[in-house]
Amino acid sequence: MLKNKTTLGFLSVAIFVILLVHVLVDQGILNSFWYTILRIGAVMTIVSLGLNLIYGINGQFSLGQWGFYAIGAYAAADVTYRWSQLHSASGLVILLLVLLFVGGFYLIIGRVLSKIRGLDSLSAFAIYLAGTILAAILAIALGKILIDPVTAMLTYLPANIAMQLVFLLAILLAGILAAEVSYLLGLPVLTLGSDYFGIATLGFTIIVKVLLDNSDTLLGFAEMKGARGMVGIPKLSSWLWVASFVLIIVVLTRNLLQSSHGRAIISVREDEIAAKAMGIDIASQKTITFVIGSLFAGLAGGLYAHVNGFLHPNTFNFIKSFDPMIIIVFGGLGSITGTVVASFTWALVLEGFLRLFLPEGFETWRFVVYPLLLLIMMLLRPQGLFGTYEFPFLQQILPPALKLKANNMHTTEAETASSNSNESTSSTGGAS
Amino acid sequence: MTDIVNTTSPSPVETMNSKSKVLEITKLNKSFGGLRAVKEFDMNINKGELMGLIGPNGAGKTTVFNLITGIYELTSGNIVFNDTNLIGMLPHQITQLGIARTFQNIRLFPNLTVLDNVRIAYHAHAGYGMMDAILRTPKFLENEKMLTEKTQEFLSVFNLHDRQGEIARNLPYGEQRRLEIARALAADPQLLLLDEPAAGMNPNEVVSLMDLIHFIRERFNLTILLIEHQMRVVMGICERITVMDFGEIIARGTPDEIQANPKVIEAYLGRGAAALAQKLSEKRTNVA
Repeated sequence: MLKNKTTLGFLSVAIFVILLVHVLVDQGILNSFWYTILRIGAVMTIVSLGLNLIYGINGQFSLGQWGFYAIGAYAAADVTYRWSQLHSASGLVILLLVLLFVGGFYLIIGRVLSKIRGLDSLSAFAIYLAGTILAAILAIALGKILIDPVTAMLTYLPANIAMQLVFLLAILLAGILAAEVSYLLGLPVLTLGSDYFGIATLGFTIIVKVLLDNSDTLLGFAEMKGARGMVGIPKLSSWLWVASFVLIIVVLTRNLLQSSHGRAIISVREDEIAAKAMGIDIASQKTITFVIGSLFAGLAGGLYAHVNGFLHPNTFNFIKSFDPMIIIVFGGLGSITGTVVASFTWALVLEGFLRLFLPEGFETWRFVVYPLLLLIMMLLRPQGLFGTYEFPFLQQILPPALKLKANNMHTTEAETASSNSNESTSSTGGAS
Repeated sequence: MTDIVNTTSPSPVETMNSKSKVLEITKLNKSFGGLRAVKEFDMNINKGELMGLIGPNGAGKTTVFNLITGIYELTSGNIVFNDTNLIGMLPHQITQLGIARTFQNIRLFPNLTVLDNVRIAYHAHAGYGMMDAILRTPKFLENEKMLTEKTQEFLSVFNLHDRQGEIARNLPYGEQRRLEIARALAADPQLLLLDEPAAGMNPNEVVSLMDLIHFIRERFNLTILLIEHQMRVVMGICERITVMDFGEIIARGTPDEIQANPKVIEAYLGRGAAALAQKLSEKRTNVA
């Protein structure tokens, strides 16, 4: 009963806040400056939640989150750009097919390879990579046939609905793309110890940034315009879209963490060797967490691309990849509540208040004030703003204590033998 | 598989006579670079047996444990558990086959509650997938409730039920040990490996530990392999003892045989002591 009450309370408060902001923006009380900042805060929440899963909860120090964010942003932007500017569903169709084929291939290969004992991660990676390329070529060939019929089908829909549909699909596909890339990257990289893993993922972020700098020449996506920055992306990420994504992701993350799978993920952070000895496949737990975290980054990237309608590779510079890391440490490693609050605080303070309240010409000083705030924070409260605290809905509820009929622990040996055998027959009857 | 307790199996005494082998280790070798930590190690453990593995520090006892549980890869040799060859298996697969262990320096999940520490051991039998968990399907709610109740009952067996919400690292030492043993047993093993369970315990705690080991062995119908330094524990509860020194087996036998074995005394106390012991035992005096 109590649980249902807190769930209801949490959801109604969350929906009320979301609608309140929506109305405030609608009525012009919040100007477009604050509107953008709030949406950036929400996007940041999603990225940081993903990173908190990987680092705060699974214990893998990753700097690759920003790379997946970039991949998501450009993938989603490409899809909606092609639809809104070029009136073609080519981006949507090809991306969808590639992800389907590659995903299906991963599932099949995963099954097959799991039967082989002692396969080293690099050969597994090579098999996956070859399969990915093959599946992608097949998907593109098939996609070229399907582009025209799908475009025609979508144009039957009212323009507005078609646009929103393409947008939603683009965001989801961006997330899945990031997830599949992270799966592939994770195969060799997740076998590394924590610090090495951090460096390897940092390398990934840098590679993505360089690729995006040359996206028009090297990769051949002319519409991305490489280092000149991509313009003309429809500005579709309304507050309602972004906030709904945040709400859904927070609830789903909480559900995941409060299950056996969540506990398995946490056990890897707590003690890898003990987790292994408890029958937990730590390699797969790490992979799953990395993939889910990257999925969040991809979704957030897709949403971000449609906030300003403009993307530039410099946004995805590796220096910026520390932003989500700072947010989760600031909010409290492993705390969902902390991540949400810290993300909005980060956006409001760094982009909002500091920019507005510092005197004219002192905007640059915000990068002095902000690290100072962090320093003070770390000295006074090293466990982060919230530590491990969670809002009631996000908290784990302890089941009511067991009422004992008899003391089960042995008293003397002779007694225990008989009483315990009785006890065990009755208890297993209920449990199995 | 999910049953915590198998009540229908015969008592340990009966099974010992039937001599069915639970664990069979043959010609086990492990080298770390140039150091041969384990040399030509052979050991058979019968069903229901309580076997002791002793030896001076650095003899390679824990290495043997790590080889059995798959934490280390062995250099050569064979480990067969209930007719399944464990070579090349991953640690979690070995645990799921039915070998659980505790650690020399307690390895709990320090920031989790007592309840969660044990619930993690049931992960392989959770009975629902990740999608069920994320979407909170009825299947998830039902299985999660069952799993929690099972854990609570299990904790009550170890008198830890009123500690369920406590963070594991805040427990007193003795209870941490008890929780670690409870957690290992929750993984539903047939063979339990205990690595120095009495380390750091006072004499009273040691007595209750010995009771506990007796108790779990009967209640969960276990075969136990025990590493221990406290001779009181080893001589008190083990049926057979294997002694290691510098990676090699130097003696095997019942506690009485081991106590009288000059090689063992030499390994522990040096040659002089061994000679003295020899003299004393000739005078029919108890040395240990």
